[in-house]
Amino acid sequence: MIRITCPFCGTRDHSEFSYGGDATVDYPPLDASMDEWNAAIYRRSNPRGPHKEYWHHVNGCRAWLIVERNTLTHEVGAVTFAHPGLRKTVENSA
Amino acid sequence: MSGYRLDKGGLIDRSAPRSFTFDGTSYAGYEGDSLASALLANGVDVVGRGFKYHRPRGIMSAGVEEGGAILSVGSGRFREPNVKAPAQPLFDGLVARGQNAWPSVRRDIGRINDVMNRFLAAGFYYKTFFGVRGGTKDWMIFEKIIRKAAGMGAASREPDPDQYETAHASCDLLVVGSGPAGLAAAKAAAAAGRDVILAEQDFALGGSLLAQAGGIDKAVAAIEELRAAGVTLMPRTTAFGLYDGCVAGMIEQVSDDPGMHGVRQRTWIIRPREIVLATGAIEQPLAFGNNDRPGVMQASAVRTYLNRYAVAPGTRAVVATNNDSAYATAADLAAAGISVTVIDARPDGPDAPEGVKVIRDTVPVRTLGGYVLEGVEIGPLDGDGYATRRDTLACDLLAVSGGWAPVVHLTSHRGPKPVWNDTIHAFLAGPTTEPIRTCGAAAGIWDHDACIASGIAAATGAAGPEPQAGETPAMALYEIKTHGKKLKCFIDPQHDVTTDDVRLAEREGFVSIEHNKRYTTLGMATDQGKVGNILGIATMADASGRTIAETGTTTFRPPYSPISIGALAGRGTYRHFRPVRRTPLHAWNIAQGAVMTDAGLWKRPWYFPLPDESVDDAYIREMIAVRNTVGLCDVSSLGKIMVQGPDAGDFLNRVYVNGFAKLPVGKARYGVMLRDDGIVYDDGTVWRMSETDFLMTTTTANAAGVMAKLEEYLQTRWPEMKVQLTSVSDQWAGIAVAGPQCREVLQAVTSECDLSNEAFPFMGIREAKIAGADVWIARISFSGERAFEVYVRGGSSEAVMDALWDAAKPMGGVLYGTEALGALRIEKGHVAGSELDGRTSLRDLGLGGMASSKKAFIGKAMTEREGMTDPDRLQLVGVAPVDPSMRLRAGALLDTRTDLIDHGKGFITAVTDSPDLGHWIGLALVQGGLERWEGKEMTSYDPARDGNTAVRILSPHFFDPKGERMHG
Repeated sequence: MIRITCPFCGTRDHSEFSYGGDATVDYPPLDASMDEWNAAIYRRSNPRGPHKEYWHHVNGCRAWLIVERNTLTHEVGAVTFAHPGLRKTVENSA
Repeated sequence: MSGYRLDKGGLIDRSAPRSFTFDGTSYAGYEGDSLASALLANGVDVVGRGFKYHRPRGIMSAGVEEGGAILSVGSGRFREPNVKAPAQPLFDGLVARGQNAWPSVRRDIGRINDVMNRFLAAGFYYKTFFGVRGGTKDWMIFEKIIRKAAGMGAASREPDPDQYETAHASCDLLVVGSGPAGLAAAKAAAAAGRDVILAEQDFALGGSLLAQAGGIDKAVAAIEELRAAGVTLMPRTTAFGLYDGCVAGMIEQVSDDPGMHGVRQRTWIIRPREIVLATGAIEQPLAFGNNDRPGVMQASAVRTYLNRYAVAPGTRAVVATNNDSAYATAADLAAAGISVTVIDARPDGPDAPEGVKVIRDTVPVRTLGGYVLEGVEIGPLDGDGYATRRDTLACDLLAVSGGWAPVVHLTSHRGPKPVWNDTIHAFLAGPTTEPIRTCGAAAGIWDHDACIASGIAAATGAAGPEPQAGETPAMALYEIKTHGKKLKCFIDPQHDVTTDDVRLAEREGFVSIEHNKRYTTLGMATDQGKVGNILGIATMADASGRTIAETGTTTFRPPYSPISIGALAGRGTYRHFRPVRRTPLHAWNIAQGAVMTDAGLWKRPWYFPLPDESVDDAYIREMIAVRNTVGLCDVSSLGKIMVQGPDAGDFLNRVYVNGFAKLPVGKARYGVMLRDDGIVYDDGTVWRMSETDFLMTTTTANAAGVMAKLEEYLQTRWPEMKVQLTSVSDQWAGIAVAGPQCREVLQAVTSECDLSNEAFPFMGIREAKIAGADVWIARISFSGERAFEVYVRGGSSEAVMDALWDAAKPMGGVLYGTEALGALRIEKGHVAGSELDGRTSLRDLGLGGMASSKKAFIGKAMTEREGMTDPDRLQLVGVAPVDPSMRLRAGALLDTRTDLIDHGKGFITAVTDSPDLGHWIGLALVQGGLERWEGKEMTSYDPARDGNTAVRILSPHFFDPKGERMHG
């Protein structure tokens, strides 16, 4: 079972989280062209090895997290808040 | 074989006799016995039948690797098949039966298969029955018959009566295995102040110590020491798998007694910081002729029976070995007064123990006897690995040691492939970066003192001893080949796989060991490569001219030993399978006679029948009342989210396709939201309670999903927006008051609120008081009638419902459920879950006009894709039968009158009998939609139910298309 260390709640089983997609995608502005949106939604890489993913601590603090996970070994690396303001707060209090 | 109980010794309680039955005959054993040791002590020799050939099988081991004594334990609904007799502790009243034999294991008609055995080679069934007349149809029929003849025990057909549960634990160190290495590891870690769990699959702790003369006292002392040091000891607990994040899955056998109330097995999910695997090694067989005959046993198992159970498995023994370890067995046999001869395949070896005759340079060639062992033919090996028969030894016990295979299964579960080690002729665990360390025999360490050093090293993370070949190195010996007539040499007795099967599979092109395993079934199922794996790989290597290292090994997967599905389910069965959600009005609805239905996790009122009324009659009556007077419905399961903050309006503007920033305070608006790819996701209403406070409602099904999505937008995409989200679904109850007299009902309970059309227009929202409770009232309508929805805090909802019902009832009002709710929306052409199926666009649903052209919103860019504007897309229409007496069915396919091609040109999504129109109606998604089909006829194809019905395509707005009723 993958275990994720939520920066707010601590280390928890993956069953508390839900996977939220590729965190390396830069979503274009809402008024961007269809081509830009098409690229963001469909033209994605499928890396074998280290990757950044969104995970939602849905049965916990409900923070959206950026989780470094190795898609080959399931090894979980650094976990940070997706929200830059929350990220900064944690860094400042550390 | 003629086993008997020794006068003294053993880890058994001779003052506690236990009676049991095997195949209907009563026997006695002692507390501390295994089922296998008790059977041996009673001289029972044949305990099972082979899987394919139905050859008699005896007890071959003293552990979970057992390939012969696989029995059914318990009777009736408590029957558990495929129990390994050596791993089953004896208890009073145990009922065991042999498997795969009729009428009994002693006289089994299926033995005819053994005579026919040259037809039953690897893949025989597939080759013969697959595609007899082409295709797989025949196989489906034959398979059932084959399964009956070849197979294992049958599970009870009744629901599992036992209770199971799941438990969780964490610790600094999990040690798996309680032999010398495991005990040393646990002791070292506990002495360092670490929190240790020691798990042992056996019902007695001590591992291989228990098999040694004088080892029981050592084990008992060591266990006491660990207990005093605070180590959590878990006997009868099998670590069946290792998982990501250093998590171990274990099953604890809590109780055997079928009559006991309480838990039979407990699934443990252990989250240790580190894991030490002291899982030991399994003694391997040698492949020689008829090596499956009852009386042939692992040499180490013989030792276990002698010392742990005080049982002599025979009266005249031969020990066949390629390594030093079996000499201890020979010594213990001699000490028990049993005549014993060692045949050693090597030219040199240890000195003969006292009273033991040793014959060197000699291997077993084939066994002799009928049902049971009577002797063994022995002889020397030539340089090519072929043996010649030279002599015959009479015996009723043949103890075999073909070397040892470390138990590396658990590391293998984590991915690392086992690596062949030429020094000790065995696979060792592959390297891992995880905090999992292997020690003792599991790491190829055979020497007792080295095992202890290895255990201590594993506990502390230091480097431990390396595997050594020993004083007289073991000889690489696997299949003992003979010239002339083929002998049946079993490598996996559990599945009746022989060396010839492996060679045949290799000749037929199954060169990869993974393919060979699947084709021959070698080491599959409950064996998981415990016994025949190395023999199989070695035979394969020999057949293909490769080394064992080049041939490689198969992948071990969880579970290490078979586990009950019930144990994995734990308490999550029947109504505990998933959570139940009840609305605050649940009890009120039940008290009013509601028949409930499941809507996802929710329990919702389905309909409120009068005495003896059917669902169809009830919902039609409820609909008529809503259309003509008034009805009340619990809509509390709708998702409710507070969206608050200075940017809340702007946020909603981005989320919904239509505008919300300019929604006036005191008004509600219907909204639709899309996914990024432009497909419709959800719909609902948003109420503006103040400049910065909005209440969003979602569909029942998507309540959690919408909340998560909104959080994602705010935390990952638009972190600069000042918006706060709060789910209030569980805090607020919702009651729909729908029908021409809804205003009168509400007025009767809220005298101070002006409900006139002018003061409270369609889509208005107001605060009010009902029955002393603060409520929000919104004039919104799902039914298409003039209607209000009243939202109240859950705790006050019954009082408000009481007040509304007191007012509505005398007017001829009704309570209505989801069936009428769904029917009313179909008449109105409102879309719901069956149309918002994750494939439809706004345009498909006839809602294209809602999309704002003045702003950007989620999904907008993608709505103009080629595929999304294709005129052939499935689009929302209404359907009605051409013959008004015919009924419609949801799910039926629609196509032209003449022909149904593939999946047709669309399908019906929802239907109802319409009291207003006097016939059945439905909503459907059809290629080209109304533009192509309005007024035309199609056929509804429903071959599995009602057959075909002629239908006409109409506008989906069957009822009050201009919306005059809800606006009035």
